[in-house]
Amino acid sequence: MIEVRNLTKHYRVHKRPPGLAAAVKSLFKREYTTVKAVDGITFAIKPGERVGFLGPNGAGKTTTLKTLAGLLHPSSGEVRVDGHVPQKREAEYLKKIMLVMGQKQQLLWDLPPAETFELNRAIYDVPRPDFVRRMKELSELLELGDLVNKPTRQLSLGERMKCELAAALVHGPKVLFLDEPTIGLDVSMQVVMRDFIRRYNETTGATLILTSHYMDDVAALCPRVIVIDKGTLSFDGALDVLVKQVRPDKRVTLRFSQPVTLEQVTPLGQVVRCEGAQAVLQVSHDQVNAVVGRALASLPVVDLNVENPPLEEVMSELFSRSRATREQAA
Amino acid sequence: MRALKALPALMRVGFVESLAYRAEMIVWVFATTMPLVMMVLWTAVAEAVPVVGGGGKAWGSTAFIAYFLCVFTVRQLISAWACWEMNYEVRQGTLAMRLLRPIHPILTYAVGNLAALPLRAGVTLPVVVLLLLTQAREHLTRDWRVWALFPFALFGGWLITFFANVAIGSLSLFMESSVKLMEVWLAAFFVFSGYLFPLDLFPDWLSAIARWLPFRYQIGLPVELMTGVHTLESALPLLLQQWAWAGALVVLALSVWSFGLRRFQAYGG
Ligand SMILES: Nc1ncnc2c1ncn2[C@@H]1O[C@H](COP(=O)(O)OP(=O)(O)OP(=O)(O)O)[C@@H](O)[C@H]1O
Ligand SMILES: [Mg+2]
Repeated sequence: MIEVRNLTKHYRVHKRPPGLAAAVKSLFKREYTTVKAVDGITFAIKPGERVGFLGPNGAGKTTTLKTLAGLLHPSSGEVRVDGHVPQKREAEYLKKIMLVMGQKQQLLWDLPPAETFELNRAIYDVPRPDFVRRMKELSELLELGDLVNKPTRQLSLGERMKCELAAALVHGPKVLFLDEPTIGLDVSMQVVMRDFIRRYNETTGATLILTSHYMDDVAALCPRVIVIDKGTLSFDGALDVLVKQVRPDKRVTLRFSQPVTLEQVTPLGQVVRCEGAQAVLQVSHDQVNAVVGRALASLPVVDLNVENPPLEEVMSELFSRSRATREQAA
Repeated sequence: MRALKALPALMRVGFVESLAYRAEMIVWVFATTMPLVMMVLWTAVAEAVPVVGGGGKAWGSTAFIAYFLCVFTVRQLISAWACWEMNYEVRQGTLAMRLLRPIHPILTYAVGNLAALPLRAGVTLPVVVLLLLTQAREHLTRDWRVWALFPFALFGGWLITFFANVAIGSLSLFMESSVKLMEVWLAAFFVFSGYLFPLDLFPDWLSAIARWLPFRYQIGLPVELMTGVHTLESALPLLLQQWAWAGALVVLALSVWSFGLRRFQAYGG
């Protein structure tokens, strides 16, 4: 469905140092620098997949999505989506896709969302019965209710994002690019959006690429993740494989019948936390059995729990590690 | 043609949006009262000294009234502002939203601009037309064939205005802002279109230049048709020249636009 080969996108930016003299000078002689936002990435995505793009701020995720959506012309490399070359922006192609950006909106600001829905129906040439059915579905799932008749500017961020998503789906896109669709939403609204996106993928078989800095989004939605860092691809595979690779150890939480001291717990392994009657250990996954056995034998354990370290931590370790390697290389 | 099917919906939304921006429209109407100021000025001049145009035509005060009321009318009907919209949307990154839709963005700008005209015209024109008919009727042409050409001249003038906007607006895809350039264009427009003074009053060499520039075909030509300067025979070649300008600007605008898209940086996000 999506094929990307050696994609690069370099932005040419006009360097403008602060100060009046510099501004005047730049009138006559402009200096440019090149930002290598995407610097040679290759991947392929099959129809119906849900893929998460992960990476620190400025990694090149949005740039990649904009290229896939045909907004940016690649500096080099090849992109094909469902047999189309995105930057040609053929009408047939644009009817198959949609890019939703948490920060940018397509809803008409001074008119109610219903106007945008109706406009999109006309522009995408959606037959009236299909439109009515889809809008009914969207409005139930997203609980739009009366929101669609209030001017967009009066909606709260979360309400607007729901309508934004509905507007993006009026034409039933086969490929959906979602750039931080849950940014700024409260936890329960994030869950609503997430469930909805997942359901859209499952019922329509649409292909989905999502970026998010909320690891819960990624964990809930994306069996596969692609990690982009400084414009290059550093991982492509299942989320749990990534977690194992970065943090090959587990978290063991022990609860005791009475408070224990740090000295009692230390022999078991690396202690993350030890307070009163509870301790958290970090244990490499092949050691888990042994450690649990020893703990049960030597301490008054009443409850224990083994889990992966929180995703947020895994990611921050991954990103800081790659930063360190880069700094070493430089 | 799917694009054509979407036109009524685009028109409707454009019109409803223009209702939402009523306040802006009032500002616009005030900003375009320049011809009325010039009218007062020139009628005062005409009452003090005889004013004679290039062809020996005597410009009395009612001639000026007729002329500037026509200018005002034409300006209302040929206006376009796509250049400002494009500059704003490029900088804000919202142009991306237009580009995602399977309909040519220039078409959507065109419809948006046209859709706002009825409201503007509805507010200002009744008064002006009434004034024209009561105060300066004898200066309007009585040749129905010239009146039949008038809508074409008006639309030709709009095409020139709009595509000049698009051509200059598309430059914002290359540079940080092309608004300054648009202001230069506008300054030339004010002088050479007949907006501030009838081209007839220019010295010969200047009006010869004006005849070769596009501006005269935005305002001057439609006004000349209204005020009976031309017969059908003398109007047709001018109309042809106007539409040639329109065609040239369409080609120019489309090429700047498509070159620009390759450079488009889709800011934001
Ligand atoms: N229009 C632009 N002009 C110049 N440089 C840009 C432009 N857009 C992005 N960049 C630069 O390209 C790099 C990648 O930006 P991009 O928006 O793709 O990052 P991202 O992975 O989406 O980050 P975030 O998580 O913060 O959204 C950044 O260094 C950014 O400064
Ligand atoms: Mg981004």
